[in-house]
Amino acid sequence: MQKNLKFVLWSIVVLIALAALSTIALNRGESINALWLITAAVCIYAIAYRFYAAWIAAKVLVIDETRATPAERLDNGRDYMPTNKWIVFGHHFAAIAGPGPLVGPTLAAQFGYLPGTLWILIGAVIGGAVQDMVTLFFSTRRNGRSLGQMARDEIGVIGGTAALIGTFLIMIILIAVLGLVVVNAMKHSPWATSTVAATIPIAMLIGLYMRNIRPGRVLEASAIGVVLLLLSVFAGGWIDHNETLRVYFDHDGLPLAYAIIVYGFAAAVLPVWLLLAPRDYLSTYMKLGTVILLAVAIVILRPTIHMPAVTQFIDGTGPIFGGKLFPFVFITIACGAISGFHALIASGTTPKLLANERDIRMIGYGAMLLESFVAIMAIIAATVLEPGVFFAINSPAGVVGKEAIDAVAKINSWGYAVTVEQMNQLAKDMGESSLFARTGGAPSLAVGMASIFGSAFGKHLLALWYHFAIMFEAIFILTTLDAGTRVGRFMLQDMLGNFNKKLGETSYMPSVIFTSAIVVAGWGYFLYIGVIDPNGGVNILWPLFGIANQMLAAIALCVATSILVKSGKLKYAWVTALPLAWLVTITTTAAYQKIFSDDIRVGFFAAANDLSTKLTAGALPADKASVAPQLIFNQHLDAYLTMFFVVALWVVILDMLYVCYASLRGASILPSSESPYIKTAL
Amino acid sequence: MWIKRLKHLWHLFLELSGEDAYERYLKHHVEYHANVVDARPALTRKEFYMLMQEKKWQGVNRCC
Repeated sequence: MQKNLKFVLWSIVVLIALAALSTIALNRGESINALWLITAAVCIYAIAYRFYAAWIAAKVLVIDETRATPAERLDNGRDYMPTNKWIVFGHHFAAIAGPGPLVGPTLAAQFGYLPGTLWILIGAVIGGAVQDMVTLFFSTRRNGRSLGQMARDEIGVIGGTAALIGTFLIMIILIAVLGLVVVNAMKHSPWATSTVAATIPIAMLIGLYMRNIRPGRVLEASAIGVVLLLLSVFAGGWIDHNETLRVYFDHDGLPLAYAIIVYGFAAAVLPVWLLLAPRDYLSTYMKLGTVILLAVAIVILRPTIHMPAVTQFIDGTGPIFGGKLFPFVFITIACGAISGFHALIASGTTPKLLANERDIRMIGYGAMLLESFVAIMAIIAATVLEPGVFFAINSPAGVVGKEAIDAVAKINSWGYAVTVEQMNQLAKDMGESSLFARTGGAPSLAVGMASIFGSAFGKHLLALWYHFAIMFEAIFILTTLDAGTRVGRFMLQDMLGNFNKKLGETSYMPSVIFTSAIVVAGWGYFLYIGVIDPNGGVNILWPLFGIANQMLAAIALCVATSILVKSGKLKYAWVTALPLAWLVTITTTAAYQKIFSDDIRVGFFAAANDLSTKLTAGALPADKASVAPQLIFNQHLDAYLTMFFVVALWVVILDMLYVCYASLRGASILPSSESPYIKTAL
Repeated sequence: MWIKRLKHLWHLFLELSGEDAYERYLKHHVEYHANVVDARPALTRKEFYMLMQEKKWQGVNRCC
């Protein structure tokens, strides 16, 4: 009886999913309701979790509930500790969900709402969630070893080294692009700049509170911090209306970029309790609160999606970034569909906390589904805007022109209605001087969120909602920036420690300053170039980040595939080999096009050649000519970096294929590094 | 029943936020070190908090 009921219930879920998907995919010409996207997402996640993830857990990984986890065997009350699954889920989700799933889908909305939505749903269910879950499982079976260590143990030294260097480079590019997103949100916006600046003393105050006034009382300290952050949004509005104060916060991109570089260096060198830890507490609560609020607002409001399902920009002429739908939608949306970075988390803290292997499905697979859902909400927030407005905010001046009138004419010529008055009114409503060419995704996401929140909770507060959204994005972008710089510093110290023992000591101050400076100089360089680039910089940096992140995901899937084959599960190896094959296809195609394409908006070399031809012919205006040599150098550097990524990826893949082949032939290979079975006593 | 549920949720929230981390550490310390003759005394709340922050931010724990 109960079995029949369940069957009927799941059949209904499948039918709803199919209905929602066909509405999303087949609808043409009419605008659809955002609730269809939410419905499709929730049903697909439910089906995938109940059937696919359960099948992987039972048949492919053969999860063993009687087996003691490293948390139980190595319990030391500190890093290894059996922990309630909901607690682990919370920590794991807070760690994997950063600004990526908000920015990527916003940029990819230039192709229309359909391609991004489908890739987020399918990519997460078949790729991202599987990667997170299997990595978590394999790391748990190996005492919580990191991805790099597992690559070295299971594939070989080359795989391990590629994973290590890849991670380091991704970190550099990620931080640069995130820094650029924040700079573009603060550019000539005294309100945004003062609010974001206020988050720094607020975090420090909370840090002092948690250390000196009431040690370890994180809840009350966070509550005070959140109230102060909300006040800072109000105070920013007041500063913006104050003629004498606003000039102190009204800056070009470049000074803001320098400020972020100095800040990043300070954050990496200062003790964690003062800035990083309190900022992280605040950003976690802000993030969870805002995401829940957005979900509630979308359900209450049921907004209509104005963006067409598919735009003409699938042909590669899109204003936000150049390149065709294939492969660039899959590169642009990494986080939210599949993100290699997650493999570092799933092989980091999380496996050391698992009380039982049966929690792996919920934590590994489930948390990724939740992040994917955040990405769906980001795509909704981007596509509820009128397409003309969306393109006016996100198209760089280098593509549509510096003057409002030119930009509007250009966007109208693509068939999207927007007027200068409309944009001016919108900017006024949002409390900004202009919303043209505010690239990077944060301002357009904030406008989308402000209009959703405004309609659900009161329209007269639009400017406050807008700056609240900017503050919310900035605070956890800066957390990622702080934490990333620090991790980059540790990795560098670890590498340098092989050559000089002293440099490897994490508390040796000269080494701390030296390595922090190198890491900050690395991302600071890309941030600087991004700011001086008239095409906005995001169009170059984001695809580079996407390629790097997908490459890391491919390495994680290589490790998983080789372990499956080595442990005699060849017939199930497609579970990881299938997403791996897809990732290799898209990253290799994207890298090939970024290097060799003749289209100057896609190919790095083509762009560099075009620029130097124009420079020598004297065809560039003075302001562009002065930065052209730096841009040309950077295009070359980006091309070689891309080449490095793709070569490193193929080295790991060939190494993995060799290990699999040797294993199947019975030749001698590295033995499995799985820890032996011990029965659980819990 | 209801009250019990809410209490359970509240305790989960306390644990998730790290608010009761020190209490749980003390409990662990007492359990594991009770029979050790010259065990080190438990850390103070402040020492424990500082140690946990240092540990937490050693590795990759924030992502894109």
